Amino acid sequence: MIPVWAQLAYLLAAICFIVALRGLSSPRTARRGNLIGAAGAIIACVTVVVSSDLDHLLAIVAGVLVGATIGTIGAYRVQMTQMPQMVALFNGVGGGAAAIVALLELSELAANESSSVVELIAVGFTVVVGSLSFAGSVITFLKLQELMPTRPITFPGYPVAYALGLSAALGLGVVLVLYPSIVIGILLALAGAALGVLLVLPVDGADVPIVISLLNAFTGLTVAASGYLLQNTLLLVAGTLVGAAGTLLTLLMANAMGRSVFNILFGALRGGSTLGSTTVSDRPVRSASPEDVAILLGYAERVIIVPGYGLAVAQAQHTLRELVDELQARGITVDYAIHPVAGRMPGHMNVLLAEAQVPYEQLREMDDIDAEFKQADVALVVGANDVVNPAAETSPGAPIYGMPILHANWARQVIFLKRSMRPGFAGIENELLYQPTTTLLFGDAKESLSKVLGGVKDLKVA
Amino acid sequence: MSEQIIWLTFFLLASFVGVEVISKVSSTLHTPLMSGANAIHGVILVGAIVVAGAADSTGELIAGLVAVVLASINMVGGFVVTDRMLIMFSRRRAVEGKPKRAELER
Repeated sequence: MIPVWAQLAYLLAAICFIVALRGLSSPRTARRGNLIGAAGAIIACVTVVVSSDLDHLLAIVAGVLVGATIGTIGAYRVQMTQMPQMVALFNGVGGGAAAIVALLELSELAANESSSVVELIAVGFTVVVGSLSFAGSVITFLKLQELMPTRPITFPGYPVAYALGLSAALGLGVVLVLYPSIVIGILLALAGAALGVLLVLPVDGADVPIVISLLNAFTGLTVAASGYLLQNTLLLVAGTLVGAAGTLLTLLMANAMGRSVFNILFGALRGGSTLGSTTVSDRPVRSASPEDVAILLGYAERVIIVPGYGLAVAQAQHTLRELVDELQARGITVDYAIHPVAGRMPGHMNVLLAEAQVPYEQLREMDDIDAEFKQADVALVVGANDVVNPAAETSPGAPIYGMPILHANWARQVIFLKRSMRPGFAGIENELLYQPTTTLLFGDAKESLSKVLGGVKDLKVA
Repeated sequence: MSEQIIWLTFFLLASFVGVEVISKVSSTLHTPLMSGANAIHGVILVGAIVVAGAADSTGELIAGLVAVVLASINMVGGFVVTDRMLIMFSRRRAVEGKPKRAELER
């Protein structure tokens, strides 16, 4: 039995977590919120070590230290562009830990006959969803790290395999409740892992962040279920909080992208539009050299930059900032127009540009800056596509229809820095590319930007 | 009230709190919020410590310790990486805030 003081300490930790989430949802209190959450976690860990009668204490403390060291090093080493996959990994190991905890509880429950049905259901749920979250997170990591193709992967028997995996998990779950044994538990974990892999494979690389958020919510729920198993209110409350908040956050993210969660997970299976996105159009476009672009920029008065996914991939944010500094030195007004879903996850672009030390005032939110495109001489679109695609307003059939866009098309000149003519993740043609006012500069964003930067510097000398 | 109902009550109330506290988040903070929530479920470490401390065979102890290590990575790494992200946000605000303070002194 957990002593009263320890239960009160757990309650305090739970309140810390609630305050932390609340703090994290407002810019002014976000950092403090996160620190309060960390304080809650420390309270919880100290409480469990002091209040419970633990064997193997030394080994456990060593384990915590090893994990904390790995986590800290990982968190400090990671580049901000790679942060989404780091979060995915952290989430995955959490899910894995929950699954192991449930399996160990299962061996306890299987040994004594008095286990209740509800407890066994909680074990089954935690084992399946925990291992699903673990395996799914590993695949998201591999996709984002580009260690495997980011394109949706499907194979002919996919729906059958999925149905098999699902029925195996359900069937094993029923067997587990009727005849609890550790062997069934391990089989259940394998079924969960297979489901996790199958769930993430058909998801497009650009949609993976939403899946990370979903898996995050899943892990939260497994922690809640383990809380029930271990009769620990803190785990139940914290896990439920994350499960609920994570679910809402997943919906908010999908909304901002103008996509439904169902579409993201299963769109590729229905032969949806995401599969078409590798096709390259052969309609004529106007492309230019870096020197031409430098001239367009160098003699403008007002420039608005639309950064996107490609900027993050090319890690070109520092070069972009140098270019902006150079333009400003020439007396040109420059702003960044930040679309809410630009980057690899919502809000990611803000983090990336903050890392490149772009002053806060230059980062303008979509609603704030959109009207100013009408006065802009040049809209410079760096590695973005769908967030400026007029199809979101003009073609009701398009997957992104209804998503708010930045009206780069209102600017006198539009310059696109693009890798190729391949459409964005939504897989639809961007009419803006064929507009007479649009100029394209092909190539890696970082190289293109440094060439343009060189071009602008030469203008100054001349 | 049966014990199961009490747990169900905890679960439902906590779900509502979870949805309510983040319902007004701006899209700028989606990424750090997700990362922070991710760190919070690292509290599974408490569960991992309990089962590792109750292990009565070497196999169970090893499994329990693996869970402890994984959960610590989740929790510590999660909070640290979230803080790294948020420092960047606050550094920007500091740049923005400084001139104002200077003006006040004048």
